Amino acid sequence: MSANAANPAEGAVAIGSEDHRDYVTMSIGDQMFGIPVLNVQDVLGSQQITRVPLAPPEVAGSLNLRGRIVTAIDVRLRLNMPKKEDGKPPMSVVVEHDGELYSLLVDTVGEVLSLNMKDYQRNPPTLNARLREFSDGIYRLNGSLLVVLSVGSLLNFGSHKDAA
Amino acid sequence: MDDLLSEFLTETSENLSVLDVELVKLEQNPNDAELLGNIFRLVHTVKGTCGFLGLPRLEAVAHAGENILGKLREGEMVASPEAISAVLECLDRIRSIMGDLEATGSEPDGDDSELIRRLNETAEGGAAPAAAPKPKAAPAPAAAAPAPVAAAPAAKPAKAGGPSIYEQVGGMGTIDAVVEVMFGRIMGDLRLKPFFAGASIDHIQGRMRDYLAKICGGPDGFGKVDLNKPHAGAVARGMADEHFDAFAGHLQAALNALEVPAHLAAMVMAIIFASRDEVMGRAEGGSSPTSAAAMQAAEQQVSEQVAVETPVETPIEVEAEPAPAKPAKAPAKAEAKSEGGEAKDSAVANQSIRVNVELLENLMTMVSELVLTRNQVLQILRKQKDSEFAAPLQRLNHVTSELQEGVMKTRMQPIGNAWSKLPRLVRDLSHELKKKIDLVMIGQDTELDRQVLEMIKDPLTHMVRNSGDHGLEGPEERRKAGKPETGKITLNAYHEGGHIIIEISDDGRGLPLEKIKAKILQNGLATESELEQMSEQQIQQYIFKAGFSTAAKVTSVSGRGVGMDVVRTNIEKIGGTVEMRSTQGKGSTFVIKIPLTLAIVSALIVECAQERFAIPQISVVELVRATSTGDLRVERIKDTPVLRLRNRLLPLVSLRNLLKLDGGQQGSEDDTFIVVAQVGTYSFGIMVDRVFDTEEIVVKPVAPILRDIEMFSGNTILGDGSVIMILDPNGIASHSGQMGVSDGQSAEQMAAKSRGQSEEKVPLLLFRAGDGSPKAVPLALVARLEEIERKTIEQSNGRWVVQYRGQLMPLITMDHSQELAAEGARQPVLVFQDGDHSMGLMVDQIVDIVEAKLNVELGAEIPGRIGSAVVAGQATEIIDTGYFLRQAFADWFGSQERDRNVGGQKRLLLVDDSAFFRNLLAPQLSAAGFAVTAVESPDKALALCEAGDEFDIIVSDIEMPGMSGFEFCEAVKRQGRWQNIPIVALSSRASPRDLEKGRDVGFDDYVAKYDRDGLVHTLNSTLTEMRGAA
Repeated sequence: MSANAANPAEGAVAIGSEDHRDYVTMSIGDQMFGIPVLNVQDVLGSQQITRVPLAPPEVAGSLNLRGRIVTAIDVRLRLNMPKKEDGKPPMSVVVEHDGELYSLLVDTVGEVLSLNMKDYQRNPPTLNARLREFSDGIYRLNGSLLVVLSVGSLLNFGSHKDAA
Repeated sequence: MDDLLSEFLTETSENLSVLDVELVKLEQNPNDAELLGNIFRLVHTVKGTCGFLGLPRLEAVAHAGENILGKLREGEMVASPEAISAVLECLDRIRSIMGDLEATGSEPDGDDSELIRRLNETAEGGAAPAAAPKPKAAPAPAAAAPAPVAAAPAAKPAKAGGPSIYEQVGGMGTIDAVVEVMFGRIMGDLRLKPFFAGASIDHIQGRMRDYLAKICGGPDGFGKVDLNKPHAGAVARGMADEHFDAFAGHLQAALNALEVPAHLAAMVMAIIFASRDEVMGRAEGGSSPTSAAAMQAAEQQVSEQVAVETPVETPIEVEAEPAPAKPAKAPAKAEAKSEGGEAKDSAVANQSIRVNVELLENLMTMVSELVLTRNQVLQILRKQKDSEFAAPLQRLNHVTSELQEGVMKTRMQPIGNAWSKLPRLVRDLSHELKKKIDLVMIGQDTELDRQVLEMIKDPLTHMVRNSGDHGLEGPEERRKAGKPETGKITLNAYHEGGHIIIEISDDGRGLPLEKIKAKILQNGLATESELEQMSEQQIQQYIFKAGFSTAAKVTSVSGRGVGMDVVRTNIEKIGGTVEMRSTQGKGSTFVIKIPLTLAIVSALIVECAQERFAIPQISVVELVRATSTGDLRVERIKDTPVLRLRNRLLPLVSLRNLLKLDGGQQGSEDDTFIVVAQVGTYSFGIMVDRVFDTEEIVVKPVAPILRDIEMFSGNTILGDGSVIMILDPNGIASHSGQMGVSDGQSAEQMAAKSRGQSEEKVPLLLFRAGDGSPKAVPLALVARLEEIERKTIEQSNGRWVVQYRGQLMPLITMDHSQELAAEGARQPVLVFQDGDHSMGLMVDQIVDIVEAKLNVELGAEIPGRIGSAVVAGQATEIIDTGYFLRQAFADWFGSQERDRNVGGQKRLLLVDDSAFFRNLLAPQLSAAGFAVTAVESPDKALALCEAGDEFDIIVSDIEMPGMSGFEFCEAVKRQGRWQNIPIVALSSRASPRDLEKGRDVGFDDYVAKYDRDGLVHTLNSTLTEMRGAA
């Protein structure tokens, strides 16, 4: 399942059509998240992940994606959410950041949604501090809210070390 | 920049590198005509190409350099250092102009007239000291003014109206031969060959012969020919100055080959050059040059050619009459060799192509991936028996291996390439520093990866510079130190187990320990008390720290404080290691170990807590398996695991603990594999659960977020597709304790170190026994640590004994009490062993093993103690093993009261093949006030003598393997600096006959081996005698 090439909004470079933007949706627990579709390289099912000793806890390990080594990030831990209990293997959304590949481990990956900009708004100031740090804004969907994850800040470990 | 220019830059910079080397060689062998010829040719090529490309500045400079070389070649000047310096300076200028050329694509503005003037001065000065400095010529090729005669000696005979050149060279016979040889060469020259294609060689040769004869003043068979007319053909063929030069070069070579006297050859050449313009049609309607006129013009031109020749493509005189091509005649006898050489060169040139490095790099990466995929496929195959893929995969396997090898080879370059700058560097150094330096290079042909080569180039240069600047002393100092005036820097490269080893050693003064210490303090890198605790080696390692330069002053050469740390970083960056050994007064050796290639390294795959890791093979020394029952087992001092490996204690690191791997169960680490790794001089063991195969892996950098974990140097994908972390032994070493500066000793060095100077640290076993004060014994004396079950201790003959390894082993207590400590079921025992005897010393508690200097500060009154020393910050009693051995075996030593030496520190050399006695006697003798150096063989002792060590007295065993004590004594007394040092024999043999023999060969005294106190006494009295005698 590759969300990359098949995306109809490909030519629109992260903007989507006029007032629409495309997001790969995913969920952790009950919360829906979205990542701009052009940031996403691959979506993978469960993978064999090599643990990296002494790494920060959010780093789940490394995995082999067609000969490239990808660092797996446990988004749950990154967002300060509790560890997964149900024992189901996580799915991966592979993104590129600064020329390096990262795999974001989430519970499930959903479909690609084209969202209208008018449903978008900045983060409410009362949002959980950790979430606010990694989120660009929120879409109001029918019956649920989608938090847009900022890949850049999610993978920027250096500056948040102390905060964590 | 056009292709032509970039080609030119590449080629010229290659030529310049070669020139640097060759010139230095020439300086050493000023009479090597072949070498000189080669140099001349290279400079000439540079000049020619510059002219061809329209680079007047370069050409002018090159020409001035060539002038000097020309003089040298004609024997008018000797290759003095000044001349060589001038030429080197000229090359430097060329290089700098080329640098700008490369950057901007055009020749930079600038004035070289000053340099050229100096070069010309040098040229003139060498030839005719009286000649006035000649200003750089204005472009006036045909200037009729009387030219200062450069080629004075050559010109004289002709001017004096003596016999013509023609007669002098030996008439037509010689000219004929010259032409023959010359054409042999021309046909081998790719540049010129096209011009002669299709022409009748015989005919051209004939014309050439006539022409030469004519200009030499012989019969004028050429004059009938109109010089201006037949050139049309040549013009059409596009002959340029460059070709003329090449042409002239061949003529010159031919003249040389036939041993035409140098001055005559020079004259002929001068005429040829002078007639260049004419023959190329520049001088219109010029009359045929007569020999005298040509000569004058020639002389002038030779010295004025600078910047004169307009490098336009001008035709040259060559008869080009279409005629059926004929093969060149068989070369004449004399030129066979040089012609062969030329042909070979051009053949090689034909067979090699220039390939963009990037292309090769890509190819390499691709092959690396291919290798990995191959491994992967093979791994799958291994699981499936009788697969039909087996055979084709086997082939794929082979082809891939070969492909890999082939691609690797394309990247391989001889290390000599990285060294090519060094002779020049060393030469300049020696001039600048007024030192005499000899650079010896061994193994230039050793090949290694281009990428690696690039990376080590600078570190190498830096280290050689260091050796020359800091390491080697001036001639004066060296003479005083009893060394030859000329210092030696040796570079040695060789392959060893998939690695390249490069050694850079000098025989200079070694690292100045005191200066380093002062610098450490000054930079606050360590405190004085920490320094106290450090071994010499540890302190030396500080030169690898950032900002560390001990050069008293910053010279233009080195001492800027960016030094060895950069070297080390660079080398470690490519997965290499650098080690250093240095002996004060004797020199230093740096050993660089680097992988053959960066792309693929071989690594050992290990497992710990169900996780697999790769350890680069470069740092793995050996694999050891330790079990709880076998001979090799993990022992613990407090909680620190150690392994006794071949008589030395190997610190162990548990990978499980280090990486905080729990893996569920705390596996029994008594049953474990140990990977013995070495980082610099420090070796340690890494405990792992399992060891798999070695695999070729492609190192990939870890993600930035993981980069600060210093335990890993990278990660990779294994054959089965899984990702695996690559352990970094450097990181592990620096993490596991205070080994930031590698301070351990490799096994070999440990062995070498058993000469155990008291200045160096020795491992001490700390324990408590008897009165409870800390006690220590040199660990080397302890054979084993045992815990014996109390109930197995028996009493026999009034002594405690235990059955140990099929023998009765006496057990001794520290304080003679015959009481066994009651508590505990197990009794810790230190086992001492020598030969067949072992004895156990019962102690209360084994505390620790520490490294400390064994400086016995207080002598002891209590028997069984050598004295007290500060160990690990505490006053500690050093026990006298000998005393307890005596307790156990009355026959082990004779026992007497010791008497104490009152003299000052005397330097004593102890030669004994038994490690036990060395370890035993060294502390005792040092307690008795001697500075003891112990060596295990007379050879080593004599090596010390050669190395310049000084001693006041020598104590030597008699019975030793190889050279016996008698022979040793004879050797020492026969000659050398140690002739007058008293030698005391030490042996278990003490028959009167032995005594007599001992005296005969020159022993000053003789002491029975077990009579230790007698020894001290004898030593003192011998020294007193010597003093009295002196």
